[in-house]
Amino acid sequence: MSPRSRAVALVLGVALLAALPPFAAFFNQPFYLDLVRRIMIFAVAAASLNLILGYGGMVSFGHAAYLGVGGYAVGVLAHYGIYDGFLQWGLAIGASALVALVIGAVSIRTSGVYFIMITLAFTQMLYYLGISIEEFGGDDGMRLPSRSRFPGLDLADANTFYYLVLAILVAVLLLIHRIVNSRFGMAIRAAKSNEARTRAVGISPYPYRLAAFVIAGAVCGLAGALLVNHTAYLTPEFMNWTRSGELMFMVILGGIGSVVGPVLGAFALLVLEDLLSGWTQHWQIILGPLLVVSVIFFRRGLAGLFLKKNE
Amino acid sequence: MNSPILEVRGLAKSFGALQASDGIDLDVREGETHAVIGPNGAGKTTLIAQLAGGIRPDEGTVRFAGEDITALPAAARARRGLARSFQITSIYPEFTALGNVMLAVQARAGRSFRFWKAASGDEALRAPALAMLGEVGLASRAEIQAASLAHGEQRALEIAMALATKPRLLLLDEPVAGMGAEETQRMVAFLSTLKGGKTMLLVEHDMDAVFSLADRVSVLVYGRIIATGTPREIRANPEVRRAYLGEEHAA
Repeated sequence: MSPRSRAVALVLGVALLAALPPFAAFFNQPFYLDLVRRIMIFAVAAASLNLILGYGGMVSFGHAAYLGVGGYAVGVLAHYGIYDGFLQWGLAIGASALVALVIGAVSIRTSGVYFIMITLAFTQMLYYLGISIEEFGGDDGMRLPSRSRFPGLDLADANTFYYLVLAILVAVLLLIHRIVNSRFGMAIRAAKSNEARTRAVGISPYPYRLAAFVIAGAVCGLAGALLVNHTAYLTPEFMNWTRSGELMFMVILGGIGSVVGPVLGAFALLVLEDLLSGWTQHWQIILGPLLVVSVIFFRRGLAGLFLKKNE
Repeated sequence: MNSPILEVRGLAKSFGALQASDGIDLDVREGETHAVIGPNGAGKTTLIAQLAGGIRPDEGTVRFAGEDITALPAAARARRGLARSFQITSIYPEFTALGNVMLAVQARAGRSFRFWKAASGDEALRAPALAMLGEVGLASRAEIQAASLAHGEQRALEIAMALATKPRLLLLDEPVAGMGAEETQRMVAFLSTLKGGKTMLLVEHDMDAVFSLADRVSVLVYGRIIATGTPREIRANPEVRRAYLGEEHAA
């Protein structure tokens, strides 16, 4: 695809998403609004993972941790009667960045399978921490009394919330597009491509990787804040390791190292899951092989279908 | 000749029972082209790795431009002006040739915490990178993906990257390894254009390349430098002839 036709495709995609609410209302199918909003939230989370996995080569198997931290930041403040959206989401982003800083500072010193295991271990710790705190519902989780409150924005209104999520998705994709093409982005891509060469020209990868890890955590924390508002229910399941696996799958299925790939991956995975689960309760038996086949035949993911070779 | 820019004293490194470096003393003077030769397994690549910072020596010191850099990691040494090429070509295969050199220019500039402006259109990176590609004869290949370049072109690209960091000392680990006769000739010709302007330490197997390039040669055998001198002195040194060169080179 030429840059121009790609821009057209992007604008078309956003226009389609923007046109969904009136259609859903006309056909009286609010369920689809709900589904697509959930997909877009996961697309934000997957896009953040793509920054470190696709561009930075850091295979984090614990990215759901930040969905959880973001979710808990909103949920805990709400639990104590604080509904201000700026405070809630600010805390979600800040706390996720901080947690990512700690996890990253330790895990980025390792690589390969150790990196995968350490990121998984940290997330499991947070998961069990969530389960153990009875004050916030423990294993069962807790209902959110109210969605986040912003002046002039009523998130209880399904359409308003939908458009806010869409706007955030577009902003996040733009942010990541700028980052991966900046000098900083070139530094983390270089470190992924050839670490010894990168050190030999004088760039020590560690601080750049850590910064990317923190940015990815912060963005995913925002996705967590959105997700808990979407479900209106906070549960440690946000941080379940299978959730981390799903995020990885969205990135890989969508196309590693392509900015919009994770969005395609999120749509494909969640729509498929929805269709199959409506058809049979053993839907995972079908989904699994489908995913295996797609990885074998679309090595560059769904985004690869639209891109030229070497792009 | 001037004072040494690189001073190596008593460098020792062993891997288990293998003594790869056994008390190496070596000086590289500012402006000279210094070659290290030695038979296979003499510890040449281990020596380069200890100079560049990939391997930490067990004993001894490495001083660069008057500073003790023995404990510094590779990236910090590179920022002080110690650039290298690897024995096995080390580039960014999925970047373009230009992108490879631009990354090196960016590393030299030391400003990589910039998150917003696109690097590919940044003239501060492009212009010097294009100029450097021109110097190594790759100007017309700038937009080609590095993985698609010929072997000799990739080696030239790697040296362009090293030069783009504006090094004070260039470490070359077998720069003509795996090259055909014609490519070798081109590389040697290019390296001789750098002579005098750049201080170079090269490790090389190819004797013709070494003797035509080097101002001084050090001979490494079993982790020890057994002789250092001009190519003529080294050719004439009986110990070197016995240990390494063989009679056909001694003529």
